[in-house]
Amino acid sequence: MSGIIRTQGAQVGFNDLKLPGMWSRKIGKDLYEIFIGPQHPGSGHMRIVIRVDGDVIVEADPDMGYVHRTMEKLSEVRTWIKGIPLFERMAIHDACNVTLPYVRAVEKLMDIEAPERAKYLRVLLCEINRIAAFLYGFGIFGVFLGHSTMYMWPFGDREVWVELAEWLTGARLTHSYPVFGGVRRDVPAGFTDALRKAIRYMRKRLEDYRKIFVDNPVIRARLEGVGVIPKNLAIELGITGPNLRASGVKYDVRLNHPYEVYDQLDFEIPVFQEGDAYARVWQRVEEIKQSLNILEQVADWLDKHPRTPILHDKFWKTAPPLYKKIFEETGRAKLGAVYAIMKVPAGKAYERAETARGEISYYVESNGGNKPYRIRIHSASARNALVYKYIVPGHRVMDLPAIYGSIDYFPPEADR
Amino acid sequence: MSPEELVERIKSLLGEFVKDVKIWKNDYIEVEVDKENIEEVAKRMKEFGFDHVKDLTVVDYMKEGFFRIIYNLGSYDNFELSYYIVGIAYNIPRDKPVTKTLYYTYTSADFQEREAYEAFGIIFEGHPDLRPVLLSPPVAELKPLRKDFVVKEDPEIITKKK
Repeated sequence: MSGIIRTQGAQVGFNDLKLPGMWSRKIGKDLYEIFIGPQHPGSGHMRIVIRVDGDVIVEADPDMGYVHRTMEKLSEVRTWIKGIPLFERMAIHDACNVTLPYVRAVEKLMDIEAPERAKYLRVLLCEINRIAAFLYGFGIFGVFLGHSTMYMWPFGDREVWVELAEWLTGARLTHSYPVFGGVRRDVPAGFTDALRKAIRYMRKRLEDYRKIFVDNPVIRARLEGVGVIPKNLAIELGITGPNLRASGVKYDVRLNHPYEVYDQLDFEIPVFQEGDAYARVWQRVEEIKQSLNILEQVADWLDKHPRTPILHDKFWKTAPPLYKKIFEETGRAKLGAVYAIMKVPAGKAYERAETARGEISYYVESNGGNKPYRIRIHSASARNALVYKYIVPGHRVMDLPAIYGSIDYFPPEADR
Repeated sequence: MSPEELVERIKSLLGEFVKDVKIWKNDYIEVEVDKENIEEVAKRMKEFGFDHVKDLTVVDYMKEGFFRIIYNLGSYDNFELSYYIVGIAYNIPRDKPVTKTLYYTYTSADFQEREAYEAFGIIFEGHPDLRPVLLSPPVAELKPLRKDFVVKEDPEIITKKK
């Protein structure tokens, strides 16, 4: 039956089921087509066209692209450095994770590597971003399930991490923090103490979340056994991130293809076997705990090591003495003019990273010019979108918000 | 497993189908094959352990007159293989962009083939549901990711025009 759901302009405006605020149309005996979205109470920007027989979904067609911004095309007409602020708009609250593989791919092509301190700083912001993005996902999930406390709490606690990121980078969301050859800023004085305080606070709050949300009988009744993705199907569909690990696959880019300093840090990859929406919630709680462990180790490392250059020598040696003086005084590395005119040697590189929602991959091809020849991005949410087509059918309409929320689908990231 | 070892194993697996192999930056392996053999190659690669399509990349070489389609395969189940990405690449002429779908071997290629269809106008024969996924149909007709679709960008800071 696939391929027959097509909505053209002439067909809009039908409401056979008389549902408030929703299009619906009768397409056969006991078979109705309902349009969910693109404006819905959660994150929005995405429509799912479902066909229902009674209360059971028999077919679902995710209709993406409402926030498509042609990033792959735009990157071809911009210089290399402009790609960083462009790509981080995919997932602004996960900006460091999303742009890091692009930066690393270009570094690979140029055969340079960031200094060790810059690597730790990247990991620091990556994990701060990861926790903030998980909390954002929890908040949206709370909205979907009608649990308004779970909307307020994570959004409030997310502020802690967003402010830490602001203190570190100067921007709340679109940090543009990793640049080719290093990072833009070193940690300000007193940062690691504030970080440790935030870690202690978050550990306490996770226990509160468990009491009010995760172990809540109402929430459990709505999530347990819902949206089960069996292990073999998760692999076949190429599902990624916490959703994959909640289905029993131990795959995490930080483990399977370690980047930056993740191979020197001590953390675990939590794996759940159930594969249902409830396991995916626990998966995210456990991953926040692991991120907190990583942050603690990074804070220890930063305390022990004195400030050293955070940009690769190739870029730092061209910096005028004034820039070096500013760096020594404030820890801010101003970007030299060399970034605006840089050319990248011809070749191809493939780089990936584990974002909060899963694996993001960049294929970067250069022909030796000052602009990329081709950049192909495949983000985590774009890969997880297959869940709607293959997992949702067979569930009741009531389960759709639970599945949508548990996947932690983020439309701007999927649409690119 | 070193990349060279993996290349040897892929060569023995695919035999005469392999036209060319390149190792880019130590962890990305690009295997060039012929368009006609792509289905058989995909089946063998899947049995070998590359269980999903990480992404489907199309590169437009307008001057040379062909599209290069690259299925970047990854592995979830095999720890050793999961370190590497293997790109199965083949070229199709620009004026006749028709190829076979790998949907029946790799379900994970479903939406990505639709993306390649809308952005480059490549027809994947046999795909059960080939229609635009991100773009609206009028925009998809323009085939925006082809190199002859030119986007005007703001002027460069450093441009020397003589």
